[in-house]
Amino acid sequence: MMLKVGVALVLLVVLLSALAPFIAPYDPTKRAGGPLSPPGPTHFFGTDNLGRDVFSRVLYGGQVIIGISLLATLFSAAAGFTLGMFSGYVGGRVDRGLNMVMDSMYAFPSLILAIAIASVLGPSPLNAALAIGVVYVPTYFRMARNETMVVKSSLFVEAAVALGAPRWRIVFRHILPNLVPSLVVVATINIADAALTESALAFFGYTVTPPTPDWGLDLSSARSYIVNGSWWLLTPGAFIVITALGFSLLGEGLGEKMGKKETF
Amino acid sequence: MSLLRYVALRAALAVPTLLILLTVVFFVLRVIPGNPIVAMVGMKAPPEYVEQLIKEAGLDKPLHEQYLDYLAQVFTGNLGRSLIFGKRDVAAEIMDRLPATAELAVAAFLVSIALGHVFGFLAARYGGKIDLTARVYAMVTYVLFIPFIGLALQLVFSVWLGIFPVAGRVTPGLEPPRITGLYLLDSLLSGRLNSFADALWHLALPSFTLGLVLSGVFVRLIRNNMVKTLGEDFVSAYRAMGFPERNVLWKAYRVAIVPTVTMMGLQLALLLQGAVLTETTFSWPGLGTLLLERIQYLDYTTVQGTVVVFVLIVVFMNVAVDVINALLDPRVRRGL
Repeated sequence: MMLKVGVALVLLVVLLSALAPFIAPYDPTKRAGGPLSPPGPTHFFGTDNLGRDVFSRVLYGGQVIIGISLLATLFSAAAGFTLGMFSGYVGGRVDRGLNMVMDSMYAFPSLILAIAIASVLGPSPLNAALAIGVVYVPTYFRMARNETMVVKSSLFVEAAVALGAPRWRIVFRHILPNLVPSLVVVATINIADAALTESALAFFGYTVTPPTPDWGLDLSSARSYIVNGSWWLLTPGAFIVITALGFSLLGEGLGEKMGKKETF
Repeated sequence: MSLLRYVALRAALAVPTLLILLTVVFFVLRVIPGNPIVAMVGMKAPPEYVEQLIKEAGLDKPLHEQYLDYLAQVFTGNLGRSLIFGKRDVAAEIMDRLPATAELAVAAFLVSIALGHVFGFLAARYGGKIDLTARVYAMVTYVLFIPFIGLALQLVFSVWLGIFPVAGRVTPGLEPPRITGLYLLDSLLSGRLNSFADALWHLALPSFTLGLVLSGVFVRLIRNNMVKTLGEDFVSAYRAMGFPERNVLWKAYRVAIVPTVTMMGLQLALLLQGAVLTETTFSWPGLGTLLLERIQYLDYTTVQGTVVVFVLIVVFMNVAVDVINALLDPRVRRGL
C-alpha cells in the first residue's frame, strides 16, 4: 500500500517535470497573461505577479528540485557509504575517530550547516547540491559502518578470511552486496530530506536565480502576495510536500518489503 | 557513580564533539572561501576598506593562528564585532535574539509532545485503523515544508479569518520590560497581563507550525515504546490481577516514557533547523532570522558567531538530555 502510493507520487512528480517541455502551455519565464489572475481554464494554477503561468513554472520547477536532490543524494551516498564501509572494516582508532566526527556532524542541524556552506559557495544549482550532499554524509556513514561491522563478524566472512581471500575480495564480494538493500532504502528516504533541504535553500535564494523557476524560490516570491495571490503561494508548496512524501513512502515501503525497517 | 560525577564525566566527553563541530564551522566559513571577507564584501567595496576589515577581523594572520584565535574567542565568549551597524558586539546581538528562538523552540516542543502523546497513545492503545491513521499522520506531518504549512496557516487564520496576527513577536508598544528576554515570562514577572496575552497570541501560529511538523517523530516514538511495553509480562500480570485498564496503561506509560527521553534529545537538530525556517516564515526576530539577514548584509563576524552559538546550543543540550536521562534512570549512570 505504502509502496504503491509512493511509486505513484514519485512517478507523477518525475513525469510531470521530465515532460515539462511537452506539457507546459507557456514559457515559464515569460509573461503569459494578466498579473495575479486566479486559476481558470487558460491558467490552471493562475498567474503570478508578473503574469507568468504558475502551472508552467511548477512543471519546470520540478526539474530543478529533483535534479538537485538526486545529485546531492548521489554525492552523499558515494562519500558516506565508502567512508562508512572503510571505517567499519578497518576498525580501531581510525574508526573511532571517524565515527566521532560523523556523530558530531549528525547531531548538528543539517540545514544550518547547508546554509553556511551554500552562503560561502554562492548561489548555483551545483553549489546547492554540494551543500546538501555534504550535510547528509553522516547518514550513510552510520548505516554503512554499522552494517559492515555486523557482516564482518559473520561466519562466511570468517570463512573467506580463513581461505586466504584478499581484502578487496572480502570487501567487494562478501560485504558490499549485503549492504546494498539498506543503501537503497536509506537513499530513497534521504531523497525526501534532500528535497526539503533544497526547498529551504531555494526559499532563501541559494539555488537558482530568478526568473528560473524553483518551488522554494517561487514560494518565497509569493509570500508578499498572500492576500491577493494565494493560489501562487499554495501550488509550489504543495508540490514540495507531494515530492517529499512520495520519496519517503517509497523508501519506507521498500524497507518494509525487504524487512529492513520496523513497522510503523 | 554519583550523579555529580556522572555530570562531570559527561561534560568532559562533550569536549571532543565541541571541538569537532567548531573545527567544521571554521573549515566551512574560513577555509573554503579562502578569505571570507574578500569573498563576501570584496566585489562591492573599495580595497582599502576591505583591507581594514580583514585586519580588524584578524584574517591577515596565517591560518593556524586564525584557528587558535577563533577557539580562544569562542571559549572567552568574545565573538568579535559586527561588520555593519555601528559595529555592535556580536555576542550582544546574539543575546538579543536568543530568547526569541528559545521561546519559540520550547513552545513548539511542548506542542509536538502533546500531539505526539495524543496520536501515539491512541495508536498503541487501539491499533488497527487508528494505528494506520497515526502512521499516515506521522509521515505526512514530517514532510510538511515549514514555509509552506506556515504560510498556509497564515493565509487561513490570519488573512481569511483574522484570528491570529500575521507575523512578529508582539504588537509594537506592548513589549514587556526586558528581564530574561522571554516575553511570556517577562510579562508575567512584571505583571503585564495584556502583554502576556498579546505575546501568546503571536506565538500561537509559529509554535503550532513547528510543533506540528516535529510531532510525527514523537508519535512514532511514543507509539512504538508503548506497544513494546504493553507486550511485556508485567503488564499482563497487572491485567491478570484485575487492575482497571486505566491504571495498567498509566503504569505502562511510566515505563515506556523513559527511553523516549533520549530519543527526544536527538530531535534537537530538527527542532533548531525547523526554528530557522519558522522564524523566516513568521518574521520572528530570533537567531535564524539573524543568521539569514546577516548573510544578506555580508556581516561575516555575526554569521560566524551565530553558527558558533548553534554549535554551543547543540553540545550543551545533548549533555543536558543525558543528565536528565540519568536522573530518570539510575542504570544510565552506571553504563557510562
